[in-house]
Amino acid sequence: MGIIQSYRLRLQRKRWRIRAFRKRRELKQIVNRTNQIKPDDILLFCTQRNEKIRLPYFLDYYRKMGVGHFFFVDNDSDDGSAEYLEQQPDVSVWGARASYKRARFGADWLNWLQMKYAHGHWTLTVDPDEFLIYPFCDTRPLRALTDWLDASSIKSFSAMLLDMYPKGRLDEQPYQSGQNPMEIASWFDSGNYSMFRNFRFANLWIQGGPRARVFFKDDPEKAPALNKVPLVKWDRRYVYVSSTHMLLPRGLNQVYDEWGGEKASGVLLHAKFLDTFSAKALEELERGQHYAASVEYKAYADNLQTDPQLWCKWSERYINWRQLEILGLMSKGNWA
Amino acid sequence: MTVGVVMLVHTALGRAEQVARHWSAAGCPVVIHVDKSVPRKVYDTFVDSLADVPDVAFCKRFRCEWGTWGIVAASQAGSEMILAQFEDVRHVYLASGSCLPLRPVKELVNYLAARPRTDFIESATTADVPWTVGGLDEERFTMHFPFSWKKQRFLFDKSVAVQRTLNLKRKLPNEIVPHMGSQWWCLTRQTLSAILQDPDRGAYDRYFRHVWIPDESYFQTLSRLYSIQIESRSLTLSKFDFQGKPHIFYDDHLQLLRRSDCFVARKVWPYADRLYDAFLTDEDNALSKTEPNPGKIDRIFAKAVERRTRGRSGLYMQSRFPNEDWENGVTAAPYSVFQGFAELFDNFEPWLAKSTGSRVHGHLFAPDRVHYADSQTAINGALSDSATVRDYNANAFLTNLIWNTRGERQCFQFGPGDNQDVCWRIAKDPNAQVSVITGAWSVPLFRSNKDFSVIRRTAAALQKIENEHMNILRSPYTKARVRIWNMAEFIEAPMEPLQGILDEIGHVKLKRISEVPQMVDLSGFGQFLQNLKNQGMHPHLMGDFPVERGVAATQPSPRKPYLVR
Repeated sequence: MGIIQSYRLRLQRKRWRIRAFRKRRELKQIVNRTNQIKPDDILLFCTQRNEKIRLPYFLDYYRKMGVGHFFFVDNDSDDGSAEYLEQQPDVSVWGARASYKRARFGADWLNWLQMKYAHGHWTLTVDPDEFLIYPFCDTRPLRALTDWLDASSIKSFSAMLLDMYPKGRLDEQPYQSGQNPMEIASWFDSGNYSMFRNFRFANLWIQGGPRARVFFKDDPEKAPALNKVPLVKWDRRYVYVSSTHMLLPRGLNQVYDEWGGEKASGVLLHAKFLDTFSAKALEELERGQHYAASVEYKAYADNLQTDPQLWCKWSERYINWRQLEILGLMSKGNWA
Repeated sequence: MTVGVVMLVHTALGRAEQVARHWSAAGCPVVIHVDKSVPRKVYDTFVDSLADVPDVAFCKRFRCEWGTWGIVAASQAGSEMILAQFEDVRHVYLASGSCLPLRPVKELVNYLAARPRTDFIESATTADVPWTVGGLDEERFTMHFPFSWKKQRFLFDKSVAVQRTLNLKRKLPNEIVPHMGSQWWCLTRQTLSAILQDPDRGAYDRYFRHVWIPDESYFQTLSRLYSIQIESRSLTLSKFDFQGKPHIFYDDHLQLLRRSDCFVARKVWPYADRLYDAFLTDEDNALSKTEPNPGKIDRIFAKAVERRTRGRSGLYMQSRFPNEDWENGVTAAPYSVFQGFAELFDNFEPWLAKSTGSRVHGHLFAPDRVHYADSQTAINGALSDSATVRDYNANAFLTNLIWNTRGERQCFQFGPGDNQDVCWRIAKDPNAQVSVITGAWSVPLFRSNKDFSVIRRTAAALQKIENEHMNILRSPYTKARVRIWNMAEFIEAPMEPLQGILDEIGHVKLKRISEVPQMVDLSGFGQFLQNLKNQGMHPHLMGDFPVERGVAATQPSPRKPYLVR
């Protein structure tokens, strides 16, 4: 990387920081419990809109994993989710009525909160429908992973987005609040992911899975990106550039080995495809607040009216992280 | 006689306290060295918390940074103190705060009592072992290292570079032979006191102060001077990863650690409650006399290092994306590519499937769709049959297919009509077995019912593509197992090549081919080629087909197809 390019990226990073700083005014503090945060707590950052039904399980899942404090940005919900979050003892909530899209899909808001509160902490940035799986997550808490990453001088940990879906129509089994969504959406595509290297940001661009297979089969280029770096030892100089797909400085995106070895990595189980999905897709389509002019939701809505069946004969049923490791979707690296 | 423990502590003081109590309860005196960087207040509480424990002492504190002299100074201070204060100590065991005794301390005491003159210290000459990480093995003894590797990396690297260029070499005091090994040792009072009371100790200390990572070489080298009997292994189970940092033990290692029969393990995650609970509750077990046997644990950690450095061949994923030609295996398993066979033989695919037991696909890279075996619309891993999706990243399609179907050999047809993006990937892949009958693409044209001008145009295009592909396969970069025949040559004696290919696939032990595929009727093919020539399109990839010769001549009846024998 030449000096010029390096300087350009630096400028870009500064630009995102300034933008996050400006966007702070859109955030209205609802409840701030950040004084409870202990110096070595693992923090979780999340934007959400009308996800009340998912929140109980989500909070439970990450509490059990060892997250110390939750930061939520509530984007104009009207289902009582903000009030629900407000009552939680380990959650700080900000409300944002402004445009999700113009806050770069929430990234600006979270960048600001992270700049302010996450410095020096291990920081997990996920959506309410994303569930982190890492090697040994059934026997070791998240703290074991972050301690190991610290000891190995690793600052960021990648977890690919793995779309989960039910067998049969999406609306066949209704999701109950508090339920593990993977009981319904327990299937995934195990081996149809393609990746390109993005030389500018040094990250991988991963596409594939059921969404590319069903919704984007005529236009695979537009299929959503699945590469994510959700777990970062945060420094106030860092920014997320686009969702959690990539960061600056770009060294944090180097989560893969280029010489044949495997680095440790996890998976974000993406429980998007529940019965709540079609309603959500229609609503989001109307709001037009999603990435690339909501092309994703358009494709969903078109297909969903005809045949909302993602399952196929070759779908795999989720068992545990070891299965994902054997299938080559994640790796233990040299953590043993 | 007993064993004294020198404990180096810098974090997780609570666990260190627990372990110190454990040693002490078994009658082993403990001297604790606490890192100078631990704040005074924390240190004082720690000392207070152990006030009720007999035979625990605290020695002078040094700043212990990894790879520097402080750790040796700390070990020296601790050892001196324990030798002076506890008369009945015969062996001194150097341990860290994150070490965990795995077997009852009594067993360790008995074990050492049975070997009163033996020093357990891993100690090997640098010339003989490739342990070191970072390329500094002999040089750590011949250079000066005034800078910290962790905090002053730039200066560290520069000073090494300067010393290399100027060829600066240090002299070893008294011509000692440098040895290296695990920093966790167990020495007898005799050896240890000889080292500490050596009249030349000043010279040695001065020398080792600027050796890199002296804690792995100071005692290891000097014990060679005095020890009567060195057992070159550490009693502490400690595994290192590829960067030279210790692997950490967690709750789920409990069974492995139990079965290892080692005395002490390092290093244990401070929050591994189950491990501490299990090993620090001194059950009055029947004492076992087994030798330590870390073999099972070794395997797991050796595998982890291998996975980190070499990875799984043919896997491309979020945390393994090798640069081209650095893949350590382009694909996951051997596979076969056939070009021209399905055109020349009517029932080639079913025949191949039957005689090899492998999965035989059609043209996977065909322009209309992916022709999977048994005309499936998707295959293992939910790889779809959409040509658009495939062509978006054809290389990934191939590597995914081979990865998804590991354990079952894949064969597929290829041809100049297919997507050619994968040609290089296949050619450079040692797992690929490529068999080509050049010019066979003309057979479907010959049998087709198209206008001759269309045929001519298509033939010219296909010939050009195939010619380029053959240049790739014949290039010096090709690593695949390639066989190329031209069509005329192949038709002369089709049996031998087929036998050769099958033998190489070799799933089923074939003696001879018992059943053969049926070659298409080629009568008039020679004339067909001649017609192309007459139109100015010279088909050269087929080899020489005389107008009169060939299949038609040897096979008068068109209804009985050519049978390969």
